[in-house]
This record gives sequence, C-alpha cells and structure tokens, in this order.
Amino acid sequence: MDSPSPFPPASQPSPPPRSSAPRLVLRGVTKRFPGCLANDSVDLVLQPGEIHALLGENGAGKSTLVKIIYGVLHADSGSLLWEGEEVTVADPAAARRLGIGMVFQHFSLFDTLTVTENISLGLDNPGPMKDLAERVRAVSERYGLALDPGRHVHSLSVGERQRVEIVRCLLQNPKLLIMDEPTSVLTPQEVEKLFETLRRLAAEGCTILYISHKLEEIRSLCDRATVLRGGRVVGACDPRRETARGLAEMMIGTELAAPVRPPQAAPGAARLQVRGLSTRSADPFATNLKDIGFEVRAGEILGIAGVAGNGQAELMAALSGEEPSADPDAVRIDGTPAGRLGPKQRRRLGLAFVPEERLGRGAVPEMSLADNALLSGYAREPLVSGGMVRHGRARAYADRIIGAFNVVARGHGAEARSLSGGNLQKFIIGREILQRPGLLVVGQPTWGVDAGAAAAIHKALIELARGGAAVLVISQDLDELFVLSDRIAVLFHGRLSDSRPAQETSVEEIGLLMGGMFGNGSDGGEAAGNGETARAV
Amino acid sequence: MSLFRLEPRGEASKTMLYATPLLAVALTLASGFLLFLALGFDPVRALHAFFVAPVSSLRGLGELALKATPLVLCAIGLSIGFRANVWNIGAEGQLTLGAIAGGGVALAFYGEGAGWWLLPLMMLAGIAGGMLWAAIPAFLRVRFNASEILTSLMLTYVALLLLNYMVNGPYRDPDGFAFPESRLFEEAATLPILIAGTRVHLGALFALLAVAGGWVLMARTFIGFQIKVIGLTPQAAGYAGFSQKRIIWLCMLLSGGLAGLAGVGEIAGPIGQITPSISPGYGFTAIIVAFLGRLHPLGILLAGLLMALSFIGGEAAQIELSLPKAITGVFQGMLLFFLLATDVLIRYRVRFGARRAAA
Repeated sequence: MDSPSPFPPASQPSPPPRSSAPRLVLRGVTKRFPGCLANDSVDLVLQPGEIHALLGENGAGKSTLVKIIYGVLHADSGSLLWEGEEVTVADPAAARRLGIGMVFQHFSLFDTLTVTENISLGLDNPGPMKDLAERVRAVSERYGLALDPGRHVHSLSVGERQRVEIVRCLLQNPKLLIMDEPTSVLTPQEVEKLFETLRRLAAEGCTILYISHKLEEIRSLCDRATVLRGGRVVGACDPRRETARGLAEMMIGTELAAPVRPPQAAPGAARLQVRGLSTRSADPFATNLKDIGFEVRAGEILGIAGVAGNGQAELMAALSGEEPSADPDAVRIDGTPAGRLGPKQRRRLGLAFVPEERLGRGAVPEMSLADNALLSGYAREPLVSGGMVRHGRARAYADRIIGAFNVVARGHGAEARSLSGGNLQKFIIGREILQRPGLLVVGQPTWGVDAGAAAAIHKALIELARGGAAVLVISQDLDELFVLSDRIAVLFHGRLSDSRPAQETSVEEIGLLMGGMFGNGSDGGEAAGNGETARAV
Repeated sequence: MSLFRLEPRGEASKTMLYATPLLAVALTLASGFLLFLALGFDPVRALHAFFVAPVSSLRGLGELALKATPLVLCAIGLSIGFRANVWNIGAEGQLTLGAIAGGGVALAFYGEGAGWWLLPLMMLAGIAGGMLWAAIPAFLRVRFNASEILTSLMLTYVALLLLNYMVNGPYRDPDGFAFPESRLFEEAATLPILIAGTRVHLGALFALLAVAGGWVLMARTFIGFQIKVIGLTPQAAGYAGFSQKRIIWLCMLLSGGLAGLAGVGEIAGPIGQITPSISPGYGFTAIIVAFLGRLHPLGILLAGLLMALSFIGGEAAQIELSLPKAITGVFQGMLLFFLLATDVLIRYRVRFGARRAAA
C-alpha cells in the first residue's frame, strides 16, 4: 500500500500533479435528474491515505456523487479514473471488486440475524460461516471495533450496528471507504472511537471519503475538504486551517448569522408537567418508558438528549397524544390533566408538535402546502366551519407561513415532497408556531436540514420561548441542544436523567449520560437490564 | 441489453393520469379486434355488434343507464373507502342484503294497500341492510385487525346463500308453483320510470345524487380531508389526531349503505320481485369501475357507463354472434388488466434503446 501523501496546499481547486497516480479521479462528472442538475461537471481527486471530506448542504449533490462512485447511479457524462485507469463502475458489486466500500447512513441489517449472518449476506463470496466469524473477530479486534460475531443484531446499540457495517466493508480490504453521515447516531465517545479507527485505516493507506455537515468533526478528522453547492464544486480547502464558521459560509455561499440566545428571564409557571409516565408497548422492539418525570416552564427550552432508540419515539407519542396514557395526571398541560386526551384535545389546550419524521408524519408528501397547513392547523385556526373545509383560509394560512418563515416553494399549491428538507421543516415549524402555542414539542428540529434553515429554525424556537411559551426539544444533535437549551436531560433505555443547566454541564458529561452512566453506575446497568427484558417479552 | 426500459419520472404525470384509462380502452378494443379475428368473426361487425348497436336506440341508451345505476352507486361508496385504504370487496354481498331487507319490507306490506311511504321505507331498509352487512367486517377490522378484504369478500357468499334460502323459504310466492321467486311487487313498491319507453327508474337519480354527494364529501368536507390523509399517510393522520377507527366505520357503512340502495333499486326497479339472481356481479364490477374512474366521482360516472356497455354488449354478442356468456367477463378483465398495466406510465416513462454507457 502507498504511504500517506503530504497534504496539498489549501484553497486550490485541484492539487498539483504528483508522481504516484491518485487513488480516484473524477473528471467533469455530470448527472441530471428530471428537473434538477444534481452534479454539474464535478472534479474530485482522492489521494491514497487521505481522509477527504465532502461538504455541502442538503441537495448540494453529495449523495448523488458518492452513489456514482459506488455504482448505484451512473453519470450522464464525465469519467472516473481508478488508480490512473479509466473505469466504468456498473454496479456496487463492481465497485467492491475495485476496492470501494461504503457505509450508508441508513443501515441495511436484519434484526433477527446474527452479526456474522448479516455480514455474510453483504459479501460476494462469504465462505463458510465459521471461518467468517473468525475473520470478523480478527478485523474487529485489529481496528478496535469491539463486536461479538454471534450476537443478534436487534440486541446491538446503534453504534454497534454501525460497526457491523464498517467491518463488512473492511473484510474486503477496501482502498477507498465512503462514509455517509456516520456520526449522526453516535454518542460523542463513540464518535471519538470511530475517528481512531478511521485514522488507523488512513495510516495504512486506505482513502476515506467522509460525508458530513458537522463542521467541527470535519475539522478534527479530515485532511482535505471539497465543498459542493448546487451540484458544483465551489471550493477546496484544508479544513484544519478554517473555522467552522468559514466552512459553513463556503457551504451556503453567504454569511451565516449565528442565533443569539438572549439571557433567559426568570422562568414562569410550569406549562408542561410530566409525572410517573411509563408505557408498555405491545411491540417487542419498542423501548418502554419508565417513570419519566420532568417539567418545562414558560419561557424556557428544555433539551432531551439521547442516542436514537432509547425511547424518543415513545416519549414523543406519549406527549403528542398519539399514545395516550392511562393516568390523566401523567401529562399536564398548563395544569390541566391531559394524559388521557388525544392529539386534537391536547392541541386545543395549547400544545403544538413537530414530529421527527417531517415527510410522512409531519406532512403528507403528496398533498399541497395548503392542505398540509390544514393538517394540524384545523385545531387552533378557523380553517374548518360546519364540517366544511375553508380552502381559501387554508391557502391564506399556508401563504402566511411561507412568508413569515421564508419557505422557498412554488406557493401554497406546491406538493410537500417537492420542498427541500430545510424548507419543509421551516414550513412545519412555522405552521406550529403561527398557532401561537403555549407549549411546543419538537423532535430533531434540524436533522438533515441545511445550515441556513437550521439557523432560522433555532432563532424561531428561541423567540417562541422568550415570548413566554415552553419549548421541549428532543434531539440527538448535542451541538444543537447546547445552542438552544436552558436545561438538558438525557434519555437512556426509557429512563430520563435529572436535567442540568446547559451552562453548568459539558458535552462530555452529557455524552456519558447518553451511554447510560446515570449518577451511580448501577442505575444505568439496571436500566439496560430492563431494556433487555422489555425486548424479550 | 433490453430494447426499452422504464425510467422513473420526477413527478407523477398528470397527463398520463387521465390518458391511461383511454389508452386502456383503446388496447381493450384492439385486443377484442384480434380476439374476434381469431375466432373467425368479421371483427368490425363483431365490435359494432358489441359496442355500437346496443346503444343505437333510445331503448338501448335506457338500458345503458339502467345497468350503470347500480354500478355507479356501489363504486362511489367503494371509491371513498379505497381513498382511505379501506378495502371493501364485498359490495356484492351488501347489495344482496339491501335487496333482502328492502324486498322484505315490500312483501310485508303486500296486499295491505300501502301508501307513498312504502318506497322510502324500502329504500331505508335496503340501506340499513347493506350497512349491517358492511358493519361486520368494519367491526372485525377495528376490534381484531382482521383484513376487511377477506371478511367482506367471504360475507358475499354468505349473503348469496341467505338470498337463496329466503327465496326458497320465507319469501317464496305462495301461488308460484314452488318456483324460488317472491311475488311480483305491487305498484306502490315499484320505483317510478323516469323516461317513457325505457326502463330507467328513479334509482338513476339516486346514482347521480351519489356522484354529487361523493364529490362534495371528498373535495369540500373535513371528513373527506381526513379520509385522504389516512389513505395517503396514516402516520400523518395519527399525528393530526384523526381517528382511523372512525373513518373505517364511516367508509364501510357508507359503501355498504350505497350498495344496499343499489340492491333495493334493482328489485324495486327492473326486476320487480326477489329472485335468486338479482345481480350479474355489479358489486364486483364496481371495483373495476371505481379504479377505472380514478376513484373520482365524475370518472366513476363515465366508467360506470362504459362497464354497463360491456354488460349489454356482452348480451348482444351472445344473441347476435352466439358467443358464450363469458365474453362479458373477458372484456371487463382485459379492461382492468390494461388499466393496471398502463398505470405504470404515470410514474415511469418508456425509453427505447439501451442505457447510455456509464462514464
């Protein structure tokens, strides 16, 4: 394998010619989809042993580009040079034969199969299961990816599942490993471990193409960065020499206004009180909530951190009223017992709600924005009278949202699915905020949202709280929680930690809580044990 | 490399949404042409006998409206359920129960000089009968999550057996020489004829009202909005606080009621008594009508007329060309087949030639 090459100077579109052939060169790669130019004559050079960041907002064309490299999509024009030779990557199997591996953002694992069985399904020639298990063990030890080959995938944490995907790639001795947003589901400690593995791989000569929008991570991990905007390469740089802010501005092409959080006034009365909230789900893979208790006061933002799958979905459903509780006092909205009420009655009490899945829960993809304004707006806005929909008013309400939140769309007639993630999220949050809620519950407000929209969303949430509403943010993005929250609590295996003031805690402390280290060690262990039982039932 | 391939469209084609039913009709006619040719008939004359001759007179047009009436009534109800992912396949059974209930009222007041109120009472009984039959799958779905596709379909056969029992037992005409038929209904229990010289009866007006009502429900009311949201994205409906159970009940009862009305319309209209065979499969054909009409009330009206034509054309073909009764089913089947096949074009476009070489 080649040794790591020296880093080219920063801020040059293409590196100077060198003696050894680069691992992969893309020349003028163009891909057009109906109605959009996803990649416009993209040039990219990947050297052996470098960790190369591909940066860009949602819709900038990052995913399309890596799918072309991995053979999932085919370029309309342009060429790929693999170690100096022009190649055609017909499909992912061909990419794997060349030595390209990819870890997707969404895992493709079977819950009911073991680690080894899952890995064998993804290999072109897995060989006998026993030998494979040995190889899995060897590779995982070598790269510090602790993994038991015999365990069933459903019993693994999200971080462990990702390791399965990485080990699957490593078994094929890749020369190029593509990682698509790998850290969105990991705790800070897990992220650090992943980075160690990636650095070790790079030191051995493997090239890593790292896709992310988390700028701090890119600055600490990557040697080079290529920035995409609107399908074109708009810059290349050494991320270690740039500030996160500078990178963000390259990404969005304008200056970025960071949200300013004015000091919190004395918090008012509790607008949301949760006491002794527990759930028992019939779904064996659901996480049961155990004795959750917290309150959110007028004027404050409470953040709930946690790795996905620790009860966030169940807590959201219990708060929205989609899964009402048997105990009316488990949830109180402005003092009124609401535990047994459904979503509509809770909305009438002043609750507004932004679910994690914006397309498919927060909005109906095939419906117009006017209809989507009606979806939750009917409860608190005069959009329905005598059982008839006032379509004119629904359109006007959609227009108000579009105007007030700078939603880029063809107007109130545009289908929800035609909007970018950021614009749809602005629309949904706008729809909820314009109902003047006393209490807003938001799940993953800026997940997969571009930096510009994320800043606008954060600003809107802060303003809403400072205006006297109570805001609850459930997110896996710690940076976001520290920007937004007055207090932070952590959800782990269905239990909620005590909340801490955001100024008095640190990413490390919250990270430990996300791994289950609640106060004393036994608490976390016990919670984990309950989690196992819950699954077994 | 293949000769042609399908390429996904970015957005569903609105043109194709309306063009594919026409395309399906054209392909059905073309296949019919080949079919008749293969059977040794003059295809032009045969298609003329099938599709044109039957509607070349006022009487023929009346027959068309007569057959379309139950189809449209059933299809409007079914289409509303289909929009909410409530798959009532048992309209035939609900139609049968409507006839049993409505006919029972007619027979109960036989010979007692009933007044104007008898017909409305029969209609209400028919609607109630259809609703009752649809309530069973609705309950099983809501309470036990049993697939309404299976339960409603199976109840159809129960309903047909029940009808057979009734005409052989309680409903049998005491003066009818033991034939399995009821008495002929009295004047007061028969729907008035709308157009002289035809058999078009008041039920046709009900069908038109159902079309208008269906349109208002889906396009204007909040209930219609909830039905659409549940059908498209059940999670969004849960998020918004729409009750799926309520909508299932509503859709099943509505489609059952309309099918029941269609059933009582048949026995109080063209048949005039209860016989063992009140419907040549209107309830099943209505499923095709609903999809052919794109689940839209106006589309259903047109599709209902088209399918009615296949019924009377099939009858004409039996008489004129001595073809077997199955010819009706063949044409209806081809139509549905081609419609489903061409529906691919809404989301995909056809590209000819091999895929461009990857760069």
